[in-house]
Amino acid sequence: MAIGKVGVAGCGTMGAGIAIVAARAGFETIVLDSRQDALDGARAQTESFLRKSVARGKLAPERLDEIMASWSGTTDVRDLADCDYVIEAIFEELGAKHELFAKLDAICGPDTIFASNTSTISITEIAGGSGRADRFVGMHFCLPAQLMKLVEMSRGMNTSDQTWEKAWKFCAKLGQTAVETKDTPGFILNYFLIPFNNDAIRLVEQGVAEPAEIDKAIKVAMGYPMGPLELLDLVGMDTQRLLSEAMHDLTHEKRAACPAIVKRMIAANRLGKKSGRGFHEYGDTKMFGA
Amino acid sequence: MAVTVIRADESRSFAIGEDLAFGEGNGVVLVGSEAGGQLAAFPSASRDFVAVELGSECLAEHLGLEESEDNVRTVGFARFRMGDAQPTRLVELVKMPWTDPAAVEAARACFENAGLTVAVCEDFAGRIVDRLIRPYLNAVLRRLDDGLASAADMDRTLMLGLGYPEGPLALLKRTGLAAHHDVSAALYQQLADPDFAPARRAQVVAARR
Repeated sequence: MAIGKVGVAGCGTMGAGIAIVAARAGFETIVLDSRQDALDGARAQTESFLRKSVARGKLAPERLDEIMASWSGTTDVRDLADCDYVIEAIFEELGAKHELFAKLDAICGPDTIFASNTSTISITEIAGGSGRADRFVGMHFCLPAQLMKLVEMSRGMNTSDQTWEKAWKFCAKLGQTAVETKDTPGFILNYFLIPFNNDAIRLVEQGVAEPAEIDKAIKVAMGYPMGPLELLDLVGMDTQRLLSEAMHDLTHEKRAACPAIVKRMIAANRLGKKSGRGFHEYGDTKMFGA
Repeated sequence: MAVTVIRADESRSFAIGEDLAFGEGNGVVLVGSEAGGQLAAFPSASRDFVAVELGSECLAEHLGLEESEDNVRTVGFARFRMGDAQPTRLVELVKMPWTDPAAVEAARACFENAGLTVAVCEDFAGRIVDRLIRPYLNAVLRRLDDGLASAADMDRTLMLGLGYPEGPLALLKRTGLAAHHDVSAALYQQLADPDFAPARRAQVVAARR
């Protein structure tokens, strides 16, 4: 069965970006979130991002209305019943993911493939609570998903070859570049990135240097496009905390442990770009490229 | 008056014969792996600043842990480079808690006049860049041994996912695993942190030198 309709569960930074990728690739895309205001915000930011893409010559003007028409939001999980492919991008908590997939399994057709955008939790473990472990894959997009081409794809222990083949082709149709990774904590990217970013946070904690100096040093010395603290502001402190905790629980590696300052920053609403202030200050809270 | 440059010996920051256009000012830049040995001859009290080149050591090894009239305008510096590669544009400028802010700014301006980019940091082992990248590079080498993925796939993922210009394993191959071993081992000795202990592959290459 061909994939026509794609569901994206969760419209945080990652979910909203993945939804842009799917809609832009020509799929009817429905985004699920429990908060209507989050859906409204994601839709507005999607339109803003696409307008900028048109202005920069990256998108044909006539495609804007077409893409926005294929993008819809819902707070009712039942609206995802006729999806052919559902990508989950909710917060990193196994229980919440199992709860969501159990609901989806009850309403979606038997051919629907489920994917998780998890960056730390085992695909096999999430699939185990999905009701369809054989039709389940890991599909980890990179931030910001609407701009980054890489998708780390991983099989769970019970993923069928047919599902894997279909998911791999779907990824190509999205216009993304897939790399196969083992189902291990953090896969490749986050296994290295989460501790690296925590190390940068610890430099700030210890007073080694100001955030701007750390970012500048890494960008100039290593040629990285963003400094680690700029990237963390984009990821969000709340997300970094969840990622670190999930990763540390699984690996017990000390560099993965969430630095104490992150918890204080969350308490102070210094979440990063989305709250207007993290390690740096921002004039707006728009998504990357919007 | 031009900033005075004193070269003690070969430097990892500035090659012999390199044109060092540091601009005007009553500052002194001590260049070379043994530059710290020149410090006694250049007390900073009567200068805008005195900048001494550092290797992997802390500035406090040259200045001590106490503020004095002679060291209040002395800063450390190191131009970052990976092993055998050419130095980058980055100068890490090291200050002590008591360093006169005007001296830091004068030293910053001096290096910026030479077309370099300055990042200021406090006096910690590894400064900014080595402190961040050495544990990361060791982790990459260890996970390669663990069979997480091939070297090519690990490099590809980190380049595509994070926009890095070069993968970590290609970078280490180009700039020298033995050099990574040496920096990492020096930091491991100073910090006693096992994440800085050189990974097996780096140890093997260093042992075969």
